Amino acid sequence: MSDIYFDESIILVDLEAKTKEEVLTAMGENLEKQGLVKESFIPAIIAREAEFATGLPTAGVSVAIPHTDVEHVNKKTISFAVLKDPVDFGVMGDPDETTPVKVIFMLAMDKADDQLSLLQRLMQIFQDEAALRYLAEEKDASAIKNLLAEKLDFALEGGE
Amino acid sequence: MKKVLVACGAGIATSTVVNSAIEEMAKENNIKVDLVQIKIAEVGSYVDSADLLVTTAMTKKEYPFPVINARSFLTGIGVEDTKKQILDELQK
Repeated sequence: MSDIYFDESIILVDLEAKTKEEVLTAMGENLEKQGLVKESFIPAIIAREAEFATGLPTAGVSVAIPHTDVEHVNKKTISFAVLKDPVDFGVMGDPDETTPVKVIFMLAMDKADDQLSLLQRLMQIFQDEAALRYLAEEKDASAIKNLLAEKLDFALEGGE
Repeated sequence: MKKVLVACGAGIATSTVVNSAIEEMAKENNIKVDLVQIKIAEVGSYVDSADLLVTTAMTKKEYPFPVINARSFLTGIGVEDTKKQILDELQK
């Protein structure tokens, strides 16, 4: 796995938000603060989510995978958040429907290619109900980091 | 050979996964297919040449070819049905 930034600082637990815009802003500000994304990232990801929703009604716990174009990203990362209370996201491919999302994987991708295996492993987590339930309940960012690193097969890099 | 458009909002994330799944499926079934991974906004330039659109970013727009929702490739729910739909189109 090439140089993905992944450590506890991009894992947000018990995130309080009332709307999907608040979720995207809080997660995006955290990434921006660390220089991982550009200023343009937050408006871009909010606009993209409004146009092409990314909520996925997965088994057990709904997830969302907000993302946007590569030019808003400085360093490839996947930010993870567990929401204190579920927030409605539009369903991917069914713009008129929403799903109550508890778990967010915000993809900040810096290249259009070379991320197939990472994405495939991510999709495997979405299809793993036990893992999703664990992630939705876990309060310890370090435990979440370890589980995701294992499931996503990261060679860890980051500022610890 | 059928030309299949694989599209998502950004053309980088979910379409990558779907593209690979279709590629594998076609290989398993010995079907040659021309896969084109694009942003949904780019579909317009292929209306004359494509045979099928598989997308996670369903639109209400009408196209002269069938459109199949690819969300199941991400959630795993109903993925066999989706694969069958795609296969049926490829074998037409």
